[in-house]
Amino acid sequence: MLSQIEGSRAVAEAVAACRPQVVPAYPISPQTHIVEALAEMVASGRLAPCRFVTVESEFGAMSLAIGASATGSRAYTATSSQGLLFMVEALYNASGLGLPIVMTVANRAIGAPINIWNDHSDSMSQRDSGWIQLYAYDNQHAADLHILAFRLAEELSLPVMVCMDGFVLTHAVERVDVPEPSQVDSYLPAYTPRQVLSPARPYSIGAMVGPEAFTEVKFLAQHRMQSALKEIPPLSAELGAILGRNVPGLVQPYRLNGARTVVVTLGSTFGTLADTVDELWADGHAVGAVGLVAYRPFPVDALRAALAEAEHVVVLERAFSLGAGGIVAADLAPAAAANARVYTAIAGLGGRPVTGAALRGMILAAAADRLAPMTFLDLDTDLVARDLAHVEAVRHSGPTAENVLRHVRDRSTSGSPR
Amino acid sequence: MFSVRLHGRGGQGIVTTAELLAVAVFDEDAYAQAFPTFGSERTGAPVAAYCRIDERPIRSHEPITSPDALIVADPSLFAQVDVLAGLRSDGYLVINASDAAALSGAPAALSGAPTQVCLVPATEIARRHIGRPVPGAPLLGAFAAVTGRVGLAALVRAIEERFPSKVAEANAAAAREAYQMIRATWTEPTHA
Repeated sequence: MLSQIEGSRAVAEAVAACRPQVVPAYPISPQTHIVEALAEMVASGRLAPCRFVTVESEFGAMSLAIGASATGSRAYTATSSQGLLFMVEALYNASGLGLPIVMTVANRAIGAPINIWNDHSDSMSQRDSGWIQLYAYDNQHAADLHILAFRLAEELSLPVMVCMDGFVLTHAVERVDVPEPSQVDSYLPAYTPRQVLSPARPYSIGAMVGPEAFTEVKFLAQHRMQSALKEIPPLSAELGAILGRNVPGLVQPYRLNGARTVVVTLGSTFGTLADTVDELWADGHAVGAVGLVAYRPFPVDALRAALAEAEHVVVLERAFSLGAGGIVAADLAPAAAANARVYTAIAGLGGRPVTGAALRGMILAAAADRLAPMTFLDLDTDLVARDLAHVEAVRHSGPTAENVLRHVRDRSTSGSPR
Repeated sequence: MFSVRLHGRGGQGIVTTAELLAVAVFDEDAYAQAFPTFGSERTGAPVAAYCRIDERPIRSHEPITSPDALIVADPSLFAQVDVLAGLRSDGYLVINASDAAALSGAPAALSGAPTQVCLVPATEIARRHIGRPVPGAPLLGAFAAVTGRVGLAALVRAIEERFPSKVAEANAAAAREAYQMIRATWTEPTHA
């Protein structure tokens, strides 16, 4: 039903339409509204049969989801930031055991310094956890991706993480055509597990594997993960036909025809980027955009096709690897044309807005080959310089976060320019 | 694109007010996007919320920096927050105030600018109809009267959809009174 609805509520409706049987959850902003809505639906009997379990931690949430999934139930949970980190050990077990759990990650920065706002450092930190990762670019896409996620997870017997920008999407009230349960029923059959713990047919799950076969088990895991790249296009086409709209599952290209400079990004920044691309074309600049939907597995062939004509490729990332640089850019390099220049722009950390004006400047700089290989978009260089000078001058320089906040206050009272 | 920023204090229902505006716009078959500022809200602390309105799908998710209209639920915020930041010079300013005296904390920039200022005693109206100082519905009524960006009927439907019937009735009555009060006296300033 077409609704003006909060992103979290739209996702909860889509998840409910997938008829999860067990939802263990622990609250953390900005994910909380999703599981609150599901809790209401279970309590009112609208979502039945379903057990909503309030657990003592995120580690408990994922552990309970593992137990539920291994005994044949469709299991779902949601988390963010530190909550995701707290379930890490169980995340690897869920994927290693091949359990098709679906989880929403409402993306939020990781501390320290503590920060409740949006970036991708939480889910990016779990890129090697063996979970499929899909990134939503708006709330319609987020709702639809959850339906794709359950089907994909159960087809492959692998867990799927649907990542959506915390607050920016979860708390935005926008127009969403919320999928009808009847539409979902025609797409997502009842869960028939590949493995199930049952007294009727007893066997164990979770054997210890030594050097004689560990590599082979991991090879098979990689094989299964990579097979998602073949599974996703037909599954998203089938879902798109039922819902009457596109549900991109690998990449979302935008105005690539003739584009010499292309920006690749993940998540809600894609919308702002698409507007900027339109403005730049109107001004005579040949620029395009690619929304990366599947990040794990990495759709290298789809990207290679999308980027075939691009001479300048900017990877706009909402997280980075300290001590190395762009995370997505490193994965993407083999997909860029041989003569293309690839740039990393780290943007929107800890909730800093990614503005159309900043994107425009970045794109024009890349098109003119004036963009550094790695940049921090909208970096406040004055603040950085103030702290570098302070650390240089004083041995007992104190905690960085507190110092930088003090520089912000000092600057605003002294009235000196940014 | 027409963009609105709402200022208030925690507890005044500003986030809900932005959402009601978005739902009313949707009800009229246009596109809207409402979102709060994201932080740790506390009762009485300054809060802002936003709403974009357009005839086309809204893709941008950047913050609104140059709003076409401001809705200010508490004029004492002028002394505490840069309420007017980025407001277009010919933009609309809907303020919860019964008379100009309440604007004593407002920046001098307000006087003489082509900004279209509308004062509406939203708290008084809310107290009378709802029994609580929640000025959102009458502020939206006044906003509808001065900007014409949303109709009163759609606002009332959004209110009815959101609240249980008694609360909805009271809020709808408050929105109606503010709408009619402003409609009766509002004249578009003429620009030279």
